[in-house]
Amino acid sequence: MLTPEEWEIVLLSLKVGGVAVLLTLPPGFALGWLLARRRFPGKILLDGLIHLPLVLPPVVTGWLLLLAFAPTGPAGRILQDWFGTTVLFRWTGAAIAAAVMALPLMVRAMRLSIEAIDPRLEQAARTLGAGKARVFRTITLPLALPGVAAAAVLGFARALGEFGATITFVSNVPGETRTLPLAIYSALQLPDGDAIVLRLAAISVLLSLGALLASEWIARRAGRGLHVL
Amino acid sequence: MSFDLDLNKRIGETEIALRLEAGDGLTVLFGPSGAGKTTMLNIVAGLLEPDWGHVRVNGELLYEASGDPWIADINVPPERRRAGYVFQEPRLFPHLRVRANLLYGQTGLQNQQAPVELAEVLDFLGIAHLLDRWPRTLSGGEARRVAIGRALLSHPRFLLLDEPLSSLDRARREEIMRVIERLRDEVKLPILMVTHDAGEAERLGTRIVEI
Repeated sequence: MLTPEEWEIVLLSLKVGGVAVLLTLPPGFALGWLLARRRFPGKILLDGLIHLPLVLPPVVTGWLLLLAFAPTGPAGRILQDWFGTTVLFRWTGAAIAAAVMALPLMVRAMRLSIEAIDPRLEQAARTLGAGKARVFRTITLPLALPGVAAAAVLGFARALGEFGATITFVSNVPGETRTLPLAIYSALQLPDGDAIVLRLAAISVLLSLGALLASEWIARRAGRGLHVL
Repeated sequence: MSFDLDLNKRIGETEIALRLEAGDGLTVLFGPSGAGKTTMLNIVAGLLEPDWGHVRVNGELLYEASGDPWIADINVPPERRRAGYVFQEPRLFPHLRVRANLLYGQTGLQNQQAPVELAEVLDFLGIAHLLDRWPRTLSGGEARRVAIGRALLSHPRFLLLDEPLSSLDRARREEIMRVIERLRDEVKLPILMVTHDAGEAERLGTRIVEI
């Protein structure tokens, strides 16, 4: 049903989305924990910075990424000098753009799930002989897991749909940065692209619907029975 | 001396102070709600730091702060104090079954001689049939007995009981009361118990300290 090129586009989208989510999960969890549990100067500012990609025009986010990762930019220079590589016009750059765009949603989901954990459970674990690391591993993390899973699904869905930041940052290179939305956009420019648009759009709807159902399922499972008393 | 406490803590406008030297058996901290009794247990357990004073249990110094900035404070972290703390609410870990909850405090202690064994605790508290249940399926009395079992199995050197009989019906209260009496008389761990109920204090306390 799909042509080999279209399959490549779907697989590339899944790869970019998957890597973006994996890239964002650890720092996202740390940020969520920080915002949920700590009070520090500049907390509101940090919260604002994390949420910025949600409200900024994606083109602006893409342009800022371009500034940072260009060979003369701070991140670009480090990549060039230390690793001899670049993310410009590469799928890795697309993954970075998707990760930045997914970050606010993911941090929010994980922050909420961490806030829902009763710190009194962690105290109880301490009195039972568990040090801070073991409390985190055996109490905090497992109880936050539904939120982590929801964040992953939500972030993945967001990453699949990323358009503006990606096309600004790493352009629209077939086989490298041309993910589903970019491919649909390109096909729309073609005089006889309607059939391609239809197929790719159908795939997008299926993937997004799947992600939504998955997050709903996780939320329901998590809702069952995590009470303190 | 089982408990040698000198606790001073200011929380907002209220000043909480307790000086106490108690021998073996069960020491009751008795006083109205809001007098800071739970705060004191939290300080002894190491979950809260007092402004100054000391905490010594069974002769071991767990906390000392003189208020003098030139003398280093001693503050043993809660996981090394080995307090068997039964909180006012059971605080069972909701993602672990009863068995894993009971054994949580045993990890890393396999080589040490256990003062009480699992089988003993199950029998003692009558909770053997609950092992494979999830905490959310337990009744209030069952959850409280599991919480007591979990504290006992963590190799405690002393017990802290915070209103262990509150919000239980008459039959359950009697049941838990007998458990506490057996802990006092048979296991012989020093116990510090908080209550606002005079009857409980009379019946269970080796001595009563009013706050």
